[in-house]
Amino acid sequence: MKHLLSINDLSRDEAILILDTASELARISDGPMKKLPTLRGRTIVNLFAEDSTRTRISFEAAAKRLSADVINFAAKGSSLSKGESLKDTAQTLQAMGADAVVIRHPASGAPFRLADNQWMSGAVINAGDGTHEHPSQALLDAYTIRKHLGKGAKDLSGLRVAIVGDILHSRVARSNVLLLTKLGAHVTLVAPPTLFPFGVESWPVTISYDLDSVIPQVDAIMMLRIQQERMHEIFFPSAREYSRYYGLNRDRVNALNPKAIIMHPGPMNRGLEITADAADSARSVIIEQVSNGVSVRMAILYLLLGGAPIEGGIN
Amino acid sequence: MKTVLPAPDISRAIVRIAHEILERYDGAESITLLGIPTRGAHLATRIAAAINAIEGGEVAVGTLDTTMHRDDLRTRSPKALLPTLIPAAGVEGRHVVLVDDVLFSGRTIRAALDALGEIGRPTSVSLAVLVDRGHRELPIKADFVGKNIPTSRSEVIKVNLIEVDGTDEVTISEGGVK
Repeated sequence: MKHLLSINDLSRDEAILILDTASELARISDGPMKKLPTLRGRTIVNLFAEDSTRTRISFEAAAKRLSADVINFAAKGSSLSKGESLKDTAQTLQAMGADAVVIRHPASGAPFRLADNQWMSGAVINAGDGTHEHPSQALLDAYTIRKHLGKGAKDLSGLRVAIVGDILHSRVARSNVLLLTKLGAHVTLVAPPTLFPFGVESWPVTISYDLDSVIPQVDAIMMLRIQQERMHEIFFPSAREYSRYYGLNRDRVNALNPKAIIMHPGPMNRGLEITADAADSARSVIIEQVSNGVSVRMAILYLLLGGAPIEGGIN
Repeated sequence: MKTVLPAPDISRAIVRIAHEILERYDGAESITLLGIPTRGAHLATRIAAAINAIEGGEVAVGTLDTTMHRDDLRTRSPKALLPTLIPAAGVEGRHVVLVDDVLFSGRTIRAALDALGEIGRPTSVSLAVLVDRGHRELPIKADFVGKNIPTSRSEVIKVNLIEVDGTDEVTISEGGVK
């Protein structure tokens, strides 16, 4: 594995290796060994052409705990905002000797262009591209689910996960569907019909328009953010209506089965897709997802950059 | 392939190492055994059992993974991490005994010392190995040795333990490249 562009790049065993490595790293970081020398002398560039809080900070923390040098590069305040092309940016990074680029980009497929065009020799890690994929988020979600509900199993066989909300614009949902089903979980997508993407019938999932009938049947429920910045049409009549039919509120939390966990990739629109008391309830693992994210991203960086350099493209 | 250490010899070596450790540190209270996974960890557990049988207490035992501290990380594909389990007492102020199966170049032990340094400052660190096969590349020596086996570089020493391999035995074979 040279790049991490899509969950499709990973076999089931590779995905499990990432999760296992992350849990070992989590145990080391919880203990006395906060910093590891593994990536000393390697340079990792965080190229964020779209706003992000937790993903960027999480990748930065992960890289620093492995002793890599981190260069942060945001669209605002860089030549990207002057209209520099991705190619020129990539060649600049190459000239500076970046061993890996963590890229977040509003255009679906941007990380693939970066990886496929030999503009640069380093590893490319997709940190969210448009409405396409967000593989590290899916890995940390799978890690969180396995940790809480896996009962020591390596994969997620037999677990039932609902992903609720703005599936249409969600790269988190796409990556999670690929990964969770690869690991043996059963995924149900819940949203109003307008928020399902074209062709969703061919995905290996169950589709529902009725949240209340799904709630009692799942082990984990993942609420998605309504992505207002990507909504250029009207997808539902009003925020209040959306929240009444598809929001997670106290009554729905009480209808969950007793061990079920509540997840959200953040940032949350409190009061829209999730109420404050649901987000802050004892079932919620939303904050824990953030700390798990650092361990999972350490595992990704270690497995991509820790060993001998791999020549050529994706393998 | 030739057996150089059959099962009874392995057991005897472990008991002898347990005695030597106790003698050096005057009892088991201040000792922490840290095995290097995979086989070193099982050997540490066995040495701990032998010490407990002699002293009647519970000697502290754990494991220390060296993967992230190795100097040859860049030359091979990344390896899965193995567990690091430090006993509750930690390493600060303890006499740490590192335990591994084979001492060869000494590079694993260097990595273990680095990993240990990240965790804390033991009073002392010593090294117990089942087999010392020579060919050191670093100034490292073992304090407690099960058996010294002179080898040529091309030979392969394989430690088999019941916990991992189903049998207790150390073999030597004319290997290819190690």
